[in-house]
Amino acid sequence: MPAGFTAADFYYLLPELLLTGGALLVLVVDLLFPRREEATLGMTLLTLAVTGAAVVGFTGVDTTISAGLLAVDGFATFFKVIVIVSALLTVLMSPSYLRVEAVRAGEYYFLILCATLGMLFMASGIDLITLFIGLETMAISFYILAGYLKPNQRSNEASVKYFLLGAFSLGILLYGMSLFYGATGTTSLGGMAEALAGGERSLMLSLALVLLVAGMGFKIAAVPFHMWAPDVYEGAPTPVTAYLSVGSKAASFAMILRIFIEGLPSLVADWQLLFWVLAAVTMTVGNIAAITQSNIKRMLAYSSIAHAGYILIGVVAATERGVAAALVYLWVYVFMQLGAFAVVAMLRRQDVIGDELKDLSGLYLRKPFAAVAMLIFMLSLGGIPPTAGFMGKLWLFGAAIESGFVWLAVIFVVNSVISLYYYYRVIVFMWLKDETAGSDIVISPAMATALVIAVVGSLLFGVYPQVLFDHAQIAADMFGSAVSTAALR
Amino acid sequence: MESIWLIPLLPGIGAAINGLVGIRFFGKRLAGVLASFMMGWALWLSLVAFWELLGDEDRFHQVTVASWIPPIPLDTVDGIGSFSVDWSFTLDPLSAMMLLIVTGIGFLIHIYSIGYIEHEPRGGVARFFCYLNLFCFFMLTLVLGSNFLVMFVGWEGVGLCSYLLIGYWYQKKSASDAGKKAFIVNRIGDWGFVLGVFLVFFTFGTLDFRAVAEAASHMPVETAAVGFGVISAICLFLFIGATGKSAQIPLYVWLPDAMEGPTPVSALIHAATMVTAGVYMVCRNAVLFTHAPMVMEVVAIVGVLTALVAATIGLVQTDIKRVLAYSTVSQLGYMFLATGVGAFGAAAFHLMTHAFFKALLFLGSGSVIHGMNEEQDMRRMGGLRQYMPVTALTMAIGAVAIAGIPPFSGFFSKDEILFRTYLHHGVFVPDKVLWGLGVVTAMLTAFYMFRLINMTFFGAYRGPAWGHGAEDHGHDEDGHGHAWHGPHESPRWMTIPLVVLAVGAMLAGFVGVPIAFEAVWPWTATIEHFLHPSFVAEGAHAAEEAHHMSLLGELGLMAFSVLIALGGIWFAYRNYVERPEAAERLAESLAGPHRVLTNKYYVDELYDATVVRGTMGSAGGLWTVDRQVVDGAVNGTGWTTIAASWVSHVLDKYVVDGLVNLTAWLCGEASYAFRRAQTGLIQNYAFVTLLGVFAFVTWFLVAR
Repeated sequence: MPAGFTAADFYYLLPELLLTGGALLVLVVDLLFPRREEATLGMTLLTLAVTGAAVVGFTGVDTTISAGLLAVDGFATFFKVIVIVSALLTVLMSPSYLRVEAVRAGEYYFLILCATLGMLFMASGIDLITLFIGLETMAISFYILAGYLKPNQRSNEASVKYFLLGAFSLGILLYGMSLFYGATGTTSLGGMAEALAGGERSLMLSLALVLLVAGMGFKIAAVPFHMWAPDVYEGAPTPVTAYLSVGSKAASFAMILRIFIEGLPSLVADWQLLFWVLAAVTMTVGNIAAITQSNIKRMLAYSSIAHAGYILIGVVAATERGVAAALVYLWVYVFMQLGAFAVVAMLRRQDVIGDELKDLSGLYLRKPFAAVAMLIFMLSLGGIPPTAGFMGKLWLFGAAIESGFVWLAVIFVVNSVISLYYYYRVIVFMWLKDETAGSDIVISPAMATALVIAVVGSLLFGVYPQVLFDHAQIAADMFGSAVSTAALR
Repeated sequence: MESIWLIPLLPGIGAAINGLVGIRFFGKRLAGVLASFMMGWALWLSLVAFWELLGDEDRFHQVTVASWIPPIPLDTVDGIGSFSVDWSFTLDPLSAMMLLIVTGIGFLIHIYSIGYIEHEPRGGVARFFCYLNLFCFFMLTLVLGSNFLVMFVGWEGVGLCSYLLIGYWYQKKSASDAGKKAFIVNRIGDWGFVLGVFLVFFTFGTLDFRAVAEAASHMPVETAAVGFGVISAICLFLFIGATGKSAQIPLYVWLPDAMEGPTPVSALIHAATMVTAGVYMVCRNAVLFTHAPMVMEVVAIVGVLTALVAATIGLVQTDIKRVLAYSTVSQLGYMFLATGVGAFGAAAFHLMTHAFFKALLFLGSGSVIHGMNEEQDMRRMGGLRQYMPVTALTMAIGAVAIAGIPPFSGFFSKDEILFRTYLHHGVFVPDKVLWGLGVVTAMLTAFYMFRLINMTFFGAYRGPAWGHGAEDHGHDEDGHGHAWHGPHESPRWMTIPLVVLAVGAMLAGFVGVPIAFEAVWPWTATIEHFLHPSFVAEGAHAAEEAHHMSLLGELGLMAFSVLIALGGIWFAYRNYVERPEAAERLAESLAGPHRVLTNKYYVDELYDATVVRGTMGSAGGLWTVDRQVVDGAVNGTGWTTIAASWVSHVLDKYVVDGLVNLTAWLCGEASYAFRRAQTGLIQNYAFVTLLGVFAFVTWFLVAR
């Protein structure tokens, strides 16, 4: 047993261990039954289900393990559930898509699980090194996944772009982290907070803070660190894009909340200001750029950028309510964003790429269920009651008002209105335009399951949000001490 | 009473089942029976809840199911308040009465619909029952909601269902247009309602009806001397909402067009329940309104004018359903008149009796239309009484009730309204003017109602002929297939609800017998006493307003209004039964007014010329902006692509022209350039990222 580890550590690492074992088994199953894709799919789903059960089993636990490298608390559990649910939905929308693209599924599912593993560590890491390793595990899996359609030039391009820019931004992030290590002599978030408490703000700390914000800003695709997102989203296989825009974003937000609120409470005034600007610019640029897009995936990419801006409001608020609002929003975002991408993935057929807005034309006549589902996702993304998106926006709005960021709330509301334009355009295409050519759209059972889950999630948390609120509140409670320090400034 | 939240949910579940599974898999009968069963169940629960409420000392019960909107700090007049809303439902006398109306009449109409809708295709039947159940879900939410926002959910939901059901035959352009008209006109009203709700929160810091009433009861009454204050503003906004939903001037235009929907829909939504939501809402906020007497006066004026205008239009309509539609608008006007003069109990009472007789009349007209093979024009009916006796008898009962002949239900409620109006002292309007207009309307009502009855059921048959083939015998059960075998009575699914409603229309009035009859009927004004707690703030059990009127005077007023009604009936009988040609001569001699009335005072044309054209014009302007600016950006991208392809086209030409040596070099260069552009892009991206970092660092170092 490694030094400093105990048997309890392995017990609390059960979800991660199960996921790792399951991922390896997926490879084995793929080798044993190379022609039976459903075996691989089944193994993947089983792995995710078991991992999910293990994660949920740790509800209510609040402890630190592995010599202070990882935390198993409400916050981590909340994010792990988000990540696993989004992985599940991604996997469900994949088989029919992969079949049309005629690529082998084995390593694909393995890589999805690896990315998920990285995200789990990002959710529970409380040390810069652990967080960084989680981030890298996730990022490298995504570099490969983005280029998974080997004969497809767009996919290759996406992969290379993502890899190069990702490496570049990781450099920036690491630079920031190492400066903090230099300033505090520790990589543990708690240690950093102690070392920085009451100290003077120095040039090095300012620089380190900016670099850290920039590095994390890249991961959540915040303007001006967002340039990679539209190209990569457009080129990557649609389910990968979906997972990238939801899972990766959620895990990165977990990391941001951990690092800044738990590790750098004494610099709160500085990073609040940085994130304020970042949030305002991100949502505005994202929404305005989305208006003119004619490609759904690019449109959703810009919309996803805008949503990152919204969620940053929760970070800016830096209160318990702010954290809870970010958690609530990320949770409802899982359903509406993955649902929208599932519909786009469904449109991919032998003769139709299906990612242009006009490919949605007359969808209501062809597949009324899918069109109604897409309608619900668009309304939810736009924040129209009674969908879940409305509840998420309401929480963020409340958090901004409570912390006194009224102007940010105003920018937020104006942006929400702008965004309705391009969400409604999708609805216009589905209902009011004539059908376009192309072979029949087939909804596989797995895809139908994904759509149903996404629809139920997008509606349920809009009318009955109590459960979600309670859990988000519990998850945000762990920041109680840090937040009160922040409030003191 | 703990399970009152189940009452709306049951039809909601029915709608979900019919909508998700039924449209594809259910047979016609199954869809109808399922929907009716859910309504029957809801009716049973409502009866139980009503019974329990009678045994409850407080006559108030609130159930909170879950929290809905989390506490959010929002500005109010007393500083930052906490905006939070629960899914909570209230059972009190007013909502209990509405509950019984909606579930009771709703259940009957569901049963009736099983017979009415059976000629539709299979999926269409399930769709119809899905919408109908969904409507009941939202209507019950509206009724039971214990705060403005839950009520608003129902309010919007019934609007949606109304739109869906008016446009049920969506292939018919007039039907889908009517649906849109209803939806859009209602949005105007909802704008007012929403503003009212905002103002309520800003003023009181809560949206709960009871808390608002409690708070408002401690505020001064905003009489003309005090001035037009915040409560008046709230009430005015809320009333704008009510004019949309309850089809009052100036927003009544959608209701007559809404008759494009199937007749059971007209009966349930556009007569008995949804259109009374505005009246219900005003009654629900009785405490607020009593604190804004000037707005009350506006309500009364709008109500009585609507009643009069709609009644005059109803005089000349020839479509059987349109007569009833204008009659509904007119009767709703009566209800608003009642609320306007402070007689909330009378308004609710009339709402209840009206639900019975108007649902009866609509269902009866549906039965006529069904038996006449979709004929709606009364000029092509006549003498139908011998073909459809049950329908004729029940409709006649309905007509007597609405005309206000004792002891039928309409007499008691309408007379109560007129009596209270007679006693009312207005703020701006001279006394007795409102009453006078109300009495004139009562006479017109009796006239147009019996004009309808006479044209439809009496006189000679004027409709199309039908074949008297020998094979007619033995086709009694389905005499209305593709071949029409003449007017006939409707199936039992339809006549039984008619009979039940007729009994209701006859007897419902006895819960509100005027106090003047105390000597002969000991249970007077039962419903007013029952409803009273809903109209006052908690704990403020002020003595009921004394009725300053001698017994003789009250009886005299009653006799007068009965005489007026009898006069209207007699005039209709003379013109449409005794001497049918007299009506035409009358129309000719009054050609000018007749034309104005037939064209409904040209209000639709007026709205079209002003509001619709204006909106279209500004939308056109915005569309131009959209085309120029937004599409310009899109097209700009397109142009770049085209330009690029033109360049490559020129290069291509060179290649074709045989500059072989250059080809390889150019291709290589182009490919290289392309590749370089790609890497350049990534560098650009990285450059932007760095620029961002530098900007932030500079800002931090220099500016702070």
